[in-house]
Amino acid sequence: MNDFDIHEFLDQHRRKDLLRFITCGSVDDGKSTLIGRLLFDTQQVFEDQLAAVERDSRKYGTTGDAPDLALLVDGLQAEREQGITIDVAYRYFTTERRKFIIADTPGHEQYTRNMVTGASTARAAVVLVDATRGVQVQTRRHSYLVHLLGIEEVLVAVNKMDAVDHDRETFEDIERTYSEFAHQLGIERFRCVPVSALTGANVTRSSEEMPWYEGPTVLEWLETVPTGARSDAEGAMRFPVQYVNRTRSDFRGFCGQMARGSVSAGDEVVVLPSGRRTRIREVLLHGESVEAGRAGQSLTLTLAEEIDVSRGDMLVHSDRLPRVGDLFDARVVWMHDRPLLPGRQYDLKLGASEVPGTPEIIHHRIDVNTLEHHPVEQLDLNEIGYCRIRTSRALPFDSYETNPSTGSFILIDRVTNLTVGAGMIVRPVTDPVSDKSENVVWHRQSVDKRSRATQKAQRPAVLWFTGLSGAGKSTVANALEQALFQRGHHSYLLDGDNVRHGLNRDLGFSDEDRVENIRRIGEVARLMADAGLVVLSAFISPFRADRALVRELMEDGEFIEIHVDAPLEVCEQRDPKGLYAKARAGVIRNFTGIDSPYEPPRDPEIVVDTSKLSVDECVEELLGYLKRRGILIG
Amino acid sequence: MGESPRMTHLEALEAESIHIIREVAATAQRPVMLYSIGKDSAVMLHLARKAFAPGRLPFPLLNIDTTWKFREVYEFRDRVASEPDIDLITHRNVEGLEQGINPIDHSPGVHTDVLKTQALKQALSKHRVEAAFGGARRDEERSRAKERVFSFRDRQHRWDPKNQRPELWNLYNPRVADGESIRVFPLSNWTELDVWQYIHLEDIPVPALYFSAERPVVDRNGMLIVVDDDRLPLEEGEEPRMERVRFRTLGCYPLTGAIRSEAETLPEIIHEMLLARSSERQGRAIDHDAASSMEQKKQQGYF
Ligand SMILES: Nc1nc2c(ncn2[C@@H]2O[C@H](COP(=O)(O)OP(=O)(O)O)[C@@H](O)[C@H]2O)c(=O)[nH]1
Repeated sequence: MNDFDIHEFLDQHRRKDLLRFITCGSVDDGKSTLIGRLLFDTQQVFEDQLAAVERDSRKYGTTGDAPDLALLVDGLQAEREQGITIDVAYRYFTTERRKFIIADTPGHEQYTRNMVTGASTARAAVVLVDATRGVQVQTRRHSYLVHLLGIEEVLVAVNKMDAVDHDRETFEDIERTYSEFAHQLGIERFRCVPVSALTGANVTRSSEEMPWYEGPTVLEWLETVPTGARSDAEGAMRFPVQYVNRTRSDFRGFCGQMARGSVSAGDEVVVLPSGRRTRIREVLLHGESVEAGRAGQSLTLTLAEEIDVSRGDMLVHSDRLPRVGDLFDARVVWMHDRPLLPGRQYDLKLGASEVPGTPEIIHHRIDVNTLEHHPVEQLDLNEIGYCRIRTSRALPFDSYETNPSTGSFILIDRVTNLTVGAGMIVRPVTDPVSDKSENVVWHRQSVDKRSRATQKAQRPAVLWFTGLSGAGKSTVANALEQALFQRGHHSYLLDGDNVRHGLNRDLGFSDEDRVENIRRIGEVARLMADAGLVVLSAFISPFRADRALVRELMEDGEFIEIHVDAPLEVCEQRDPKGLYAKARAGVIRNFTGIDSPYEPPRDPEIVVDTSKLSVDECVEELLGYLKRRGILIG
Repeated sequence: MGESPRMTHLEALEAESIHIIREVAATAQRPVMLYSIGKDSAVMLHLARKAFAPGRLPFPLLNIDTTWKFREVYEFRDRVASEPDIDLITHRNVEGLEQGINPIDHSPGVHTDVLKTQALKQALSKHRVEAAFGGARRDEERSRAKERVFSFRDRQHRWDPKNQRPELWNLYNPRVADGESIRVFPLSNWTELDVWQYIHLEDIPVPALYFSAERPVVDRNGMLIVVDDDRLPLEEGEEPRMERVRFRTLGCYPLTGAIRSEAETLPEIIHEMLLARSSERQGRAIDHDAASSMEQKKQQGYF
């Protein structure tokens, strides 16, 4: 250490980043030994601590003469003796590249509560599997909880490889089994590493004992795995106002830790839930003006206008709004002996907002071992339930999946003040019964497509009838709309009568005009679908490219192309408006099927052949189809 | 600093600590920041100033004065107290001092209990404090590893290990009933190395006792005790001699031992720390009692 340059060291140390990870394993999988190994090999252990461990090793150790590294991290003698519950212990170590914070959760009872607590701040997880026992029920449970808390980086440490002769097949079997249920759980990325915590093989050093393994060691993985900082910085701006700083009479600043995205001076922002708009005057980092603030930083923002902003509000960019609402479905982990009862009021803390909140319904309980859903009346300690929660006023929030820091909350018992539950929002719920007025004031988009459609008990859709003139588009579309109307659905039929004479009366029948005609109809259909309606359109729309264009305008699954088919001869025979005759006679030009092409759909959602089916039969066919597709509910 | 989305670990720790400090300022009626004059207090105060800049600290500092700190430490404290943005309350256990409790004639345990723990409780009750910041870190000692950031204390200021609240995400629960309180540790996730590194980077003033200098010392019970004034009665044959020493931690004189050192600058201190083979608490007589002594002290209300 003589040629060691402290200034170089300091410079390097200054530039390290931070990774928080959790270790999970059942009792005796070797978790403590693994952590002890990481601390020991990265020289985080002082002599006096080691002496204490050696002393304890003689008393409690399981490793013979060698110091039992597990005792380095146990330090829980008092707890063991007094039966004190600890939920998470935090350990620290550092390498040349990173500083690490380990959330170490003891693997006893209370496991769910402890693990959820530890995992809530972790960005990576090390799941231990004992090679001598293989993948266990607990492994599934740990992995489920890791996934539930949204941890995307998972390392499976297959430990005690020394006890199975460093056998490759044993390892690969475990890897295969794990891979199967990781897939079931929806864990996208994970890496299996064969290790021996006892000897350090593949923990901090590559293992000579397992030359067949070519991947990273546990430490290498930890040093290179993404810390999550990048994705946080890239998302939509979320700034929960934590504290209003008026400690000087000439200053008013809004303090908070940027949950996601970034903000710059001059940005237009919306204050939620009020919906007031203003501009950022200054972004202050520790009192210094900076150009931009970003996710993770504790900032102070000043605003261009004196508007009312208080703790619990959220500042966001106007083009990427979160939900504002008072009703949502969430996964709730229960953490207290007294069960969660539906209908009971708790205080809910989400970001810097604290409001009364009531779990109204428990949809089901999720068994962490089998992932099965069970109907339940209450949630007991360590149980996870899928619940509907109503807050006493509307809050801005996101789903936990898209944004953990604005999609997570805790529940506080109003009498004992204890933290009794933790929740992760899955989705907002639109409640047609509740008073909408509160939702409407804050922003025009608070009543959105989905809420408008839900109110009408249907999914918006565009039923696009295409076919030759005289094929029966208008007749079938009219009959279908009548059937929809009778069933209480909200619909609107666009056809030549109501479009050609108004909106599109400036258009003729040239190819260009036909394209513009369809484009306009498509846009109108889109607006109507946005209004929550089932839109029927009955136009020849002869060109594939134009229909594809309209399809593009709609959300996935919303555009339903219905080919009203009948052979040209049949259509020409029917000729209800005498148009074929005129076309044949050359009186009208550019008539589809005669001197202008019709491109039949290659892949329509459904075809009805009016030369074989009656109008009623066509309608029956279409209704059946719409029900199967979930467009008509009930 | 602004260009990359990546934060360094010190920036991340800093942001977290500031979040914690502001959370207390936003939710507590009468918070105080315990100010023990050591390096951790110095960092905590620095972070608090950052948290509210360009405004002022919205709470006072509280110094529990055992009267047994080094003179230099008191001078340092008085300098801080004279700064315009600082409101510093000093509290002593007057009854304890009147009873003549001191660290020379009484055991470290008694001294600490009466002049520190009892004094702290008196002060918190007197000022009806429901949230008090402390500079403790989880890496200081094995049993602190599981300590919450918001550590709940009952009406008797006792820490009930069975009644602590789970802490998830950054959603702290600051609720207390009348008479109960919370101790808040904004530096929970900092290590000793982080603290020194940050002091160096941010140029934070700390008492000179942390730096090596010639000081009069005697050897006692395996500890190097600095003779700071004539309150330390010398034992038979003890002769103070000058040595280059410094302190890793500033406890009460004469309970805290000095270490032999040549480190006169922050980089030298950090360098020495990296080479050190013992943890910082080793120099404190009070921690030697029993393996789980910290647990017991906490249950009684020690910080
Ligand atoms: N053979 C072998 N034994 C191990 C290994 N890692 C841990 N153990 C032993 O497994 C037992 C449980 O280890 P411990 O770390 O206390 O497990 P924890 O309960 O998961 O923290 C102890 O007897 C360890 O010595 C390993 O890599 N190989």
